[in-house]
Amino acid sequence: MRSQMFYRVKRGAFLILAYTVLLAVAAACLFPLLWMFGSALKTQETIFSDFSLFPQQPHWENFVVAWTQANFNTYFWNSVFYTVAVVLGLVLFSSMAAFAFSRLDFPFKNALFLLFVCMMMIPLPGQFVALYVLLTNLNLVNTRLGYILPQIDAGQALAIFLLKTFFDKIPKDLEDSARIDGCNKLGIYRHLALPLAKPAIAVVVIFNCLAVWNEYLLAMLIFSEKKLMPLPRGLMVFQGTHLTEYALLMAGVSITVIPIIVVYLVMQKYIISGITAGAVKG
Amino acid sequence: MSGKAVRQYARMSCAGILLAMLCGIGGCSGSGSGTQPSGKKEPAKKADVVVWHWMSDRDAVFQELAKQYEGQTGQVVDFQLFAPSEAYSNKVRASAQTKTLPDIFGILAETRDFASFIKAGFVENLTPAMEADNSQWKKAFFEKALAMETFVEGNQFNVNPGIYGVPIDVMNIQFFYNKDLFAQAGLDPEKPPLTFEEFIAVGKKLKAANIQGLVSGWSEIWMINCLADNFAWNLMGRDKITATLKGDVPYSDPDWIRVFSLFKEMQDAGVLATGMITMVNKHAEQTFANGKAAIAFNGTWGVNVYRGMNPKLNYGVFLPPKISDKYPVAVWGGAGSSFKINALSAQKEKALQFLRWMTEVPQQKLLADKTMNLPSNKESAADIIPALKQFSAAMEYAVHPSQLPYSEFPRVVEAMGKGIQLIIIGSKTTQELAAELVALKQEEMKRLEAKKAAGK
Amino acid sequence: MSAVLELKKKYTWKDAPDMLTSYLFIVPALVIFLLFGLYPFLQVFWLSVHSWDGISAVKEFVGLQNFIEVIRDQYWWQAMKQAGYIAFLALTFQNALALILALLVDQDIRGGNAFRVIFYLPPVLSGIVVGLIWGWIYDGNYGLLNKVLEVFGQGQFARAWLADPKTALTCVGIIHMWKGFGWGFVILLAGLQGIPRELYEAADVDGAGSWHKFMHVTIPMMIPVFVLVMILTILGTMQIFDIIASTTNGGPGYATEVPVTRILASMLGSSRFGYSCAQAVVFGVILLIISLTQLHLSKKMKQA
Repeated sequence: MRSQMFYRVKRGAFLILAYTVLLAVAAACLFPLLWMFGSALKTQETIFSDFSLFPQQPHWENFVVAWTQANFNTYFWNSVFYTVAVVLGLVLFSSMAAFAFSRLDFPFKNALFLLFVCMMMIPLPGQFVALYVLLTNLNLVNTRLGYILPQIDAGQALAIFLLKTFFDKIPKDLEDSARIDGCNKLGIYRHLALPLAKPAIAVVVIFNCLAVWNEYLLAMLIFSEKKLMPLPRGLMVFQGTHLTEYALLMAGVSITVIPIIVVYLVMQKYIISGITAGAVKG
Repeated sequence: MSGKAVRQYARMSCAGILLAMLCGIGGCSGSGSGTQPSGKKEPAKKADVVVWHWMSDRDAVFQELAKQYEGQTGQVVDFQLFAPSEAYSNKVRASAQTKTLPDIFGILAETRDFASFIKAGFVENLTPAMEADNSQWKKAFFEKALAMETFVEGNQFNVNPGIYGVPIDVMNIQFFYNKDLFAQAGLDPEKPPLTFEEFIAVGKKLKAANIQGLVSGWSEIWMINCLADNFAWNLMGRDKITATLKGDVPYSDPDWIRVFSLFKEMQDAGVLATGMITMVNKHAEQTFANGKAAIAFNGTWGVNVYRGMNPKLNYGVFLPPKISDKYPVAVWGGAGSSFKINALSAQKEKALQFLRWMTEVPQQKLLADKTMNLPSNKESAADIIPALKQFSAAMEYAVHPSQLPYSEFPRVVEAMGKGIQLIIIGSKTTQELAAELVALKQEEMKRLEAKKAAGK
Repeated sequence: MSAVLELKKKYTWKDAPDMLTSYLFIVPALVIFLLFGLYPFLQVFWLSVHSWDGISAVKEFVGLQNFIEVIRDQYWWQAMKQAGYIAFLALTFQNALALILALLVDQDIRGGNAFRVIFYLPPVLSGIVVGLIWGWIYDGNYGLLNKVLEVFGQGQFARAWLADPKTALTCVGIIHMWKGFGWGFVILLAGLQGIPRELYEAADVDGAGSWHKFMHVTIPMMIPVFVLVMILTILGTMQIFDIIASTTNGGPGYATEVPVTRILASMLGSSRFGYSCAQAVVFGVILLIISLTQLHLSKKMKQA
């Protein structure tokens, strides 16, 4: 009896402590987001003087104004297009390569894989001149393709690394039985490896959606025409060289954050078992 | 079995084709290019003149001006904005490498880089145009603004003397003060400090009243160097500063030590608001606009920024406090932004005409009214809003490093700004900073000598 | 990774068709990589042995002079050390927090799903919002942190947190950790949830306490995940930049300078493009050594 009481108290104490920590951290994460949404409803004058999270007179129209002023009609859909294209291409190419590195056999395989892994580690600010010259020579400056391909490159080293770790765990017997069923390499990749890798792919999607969605340095470098630019170009309208229109900026930023959160919500179901199968099973 | 394989291949290639289409569509719809100076045409509307700039807050007015210009002349001018400034710098440099700069562009950089662009043959010399018809165009500008676009005979960079840019607007940096807070501290709100002693006294009074003093974006070292420059010009005058830049006067000179020590004096007297040395300017602007600090060291644009954040803010403006009577008080300023014409462009004449039109009085006035920047055309400065008048008047005192034939090495500039930050927080002495600057300067001079020797 | 260690096989002409189809799998990735990854990298490497201002047509070959200067540049190494310090903070505190939170949420407690989403919010927030909010927290005059200290009677510790060289770097590090722990949390939680429950049940049968289970089931099962998180943390932290730019710009003095701010300062600030490329190469090589060492160690741990 006593020991049961003891365990119940212990469990209760643990829960109180656990929730204190969780709620404290959650507050620290939620506050900026709430502030951002709240500020989106204020005006330039009240944004730094009214400290309430939700203003007395909410300016809901800020969202509409932000959408139109920032020309999101163009930029938002451009960004959706770029994000989908980059992530699709990235997932396709890197999963194929990772599959080859993991399950197939060919000369210089290890050397090539190591090269990819090394590139993942080397960040190079200063590449932009070389990249621009290259894109100009390929006639890809100011084209959508010229914006998509370098970003596929930027994400694929890490993706290949992650996916290969994952493919490595697929039991040899599964592959053999598929082969007996008449699957060739492509069949094994398509029908065995890819479905099993869904979770790892979800990780790759989340990582890269955020990166592509927020990208602007490359966009500014290679696009000249406004109609090709992604979302962050729209937000520039509110960030003058000196003057920042904070309320509208916050409304614009709020709009841009929502799709990313949705992607995460959709994808996180997969991640859970994803990392598991990829990295844990010894 | 083979049927299965075929199906797999079919599916795979479907996915591949879909992706290729996605990219391909993009490739097609984006292939028109309006950027080539040769004027490869855009399907919808062929631009006669393409302009690149980074001034996100001026873009709307630029578009409006372009429309007006099209209405008046039939010429299509396409303003293209690339922001923020780092992204713009990248773009201009990269495009220079492929010789694909637009007809008109801005350069966001120091004199040294401006000179490099000129020497590489990217910037048209505008002297003939400026000096035509009895220098009519040239005379329209504030002298100080044009000085920043000018390379004089015998300049350090060996650039052919001439005028290489067209100032669009001008700015300078002064002190704003909050009149209400001054009154609260028992100071006369209509009598801002004139001399450094008075300035220090004001700081002490503010501190006694528990009011924060000066805020500014001093995490950006150029803003610290602005004030240091002001003090230096006032203390030793143009010639001695030129001599310093040339390498004839060392930074260990007592006058320079005095400049550095002024920052220590301000800190000790409590003039500087807590933490202002690592503030970004936007944060400093918020602080001043909301009455949390009594003084701000900020540029012309502050008028616009403060009005947006707090229209009721009751403030005045004063010049940098005087340290010495030997030389006039100096205000850091000059061209706020300027445009250059691409020397490789086929549309040079059209570009020139447009810039000439843009700096005429009506257009300058529109620009000033909409953006609250000072116009670069003197005549349009006559009827601007009162708050800006004082800035316009101060153009007379404006000084800027690029007015001099020599300019300081970037490493020395950085070390000075950072060093002053450290002096303010007491982790470096003025002597130590002077010694560091002297050493750095020698090192850079040696490098330059070696380069010159190798060149010959 | 075991494939890397395999001995080289002999290939014959008979294998050629098979090899070719295998190569087809890596061709798209490889072509993109060679064009947009390797080529710019080689260009940067080439520029690093030249003196160039980033504009003019002349690039003067200077051999290793840029590298010698990088090695002698005290501010470069200070920046490196400072990024290393933040990386150390992130590796310990950030990952510890991420692990604790992941362990708590893994307990099947109520609201677990909500927390899972909330903890991922900081990484998606825009840098502008982050800079603004933390600017107010650390502000020397009316900052939240100073107010909290005063309320608890610790007013003597109040200061301008970002302007004091004693605290600036740590404060920037805290912002970075706050923004970054969400990633670690998500990955670690996924790892924890992936541990087969049977292992715990088996341990229960053996009468193991919760501490024993943690040490002998959880930790060993999590090692590969830890390695992944550690590498990502180091790569992410060493390249910290946005937060510095929106808070201190590297000040006071050089107290919060990091490698990327130094590279950008020499590239655009002082127009020493060749030199900045040399800095970038040195930086890349250091990161590469750290990461490969880590991978190597983890392989050894797995084998042990």
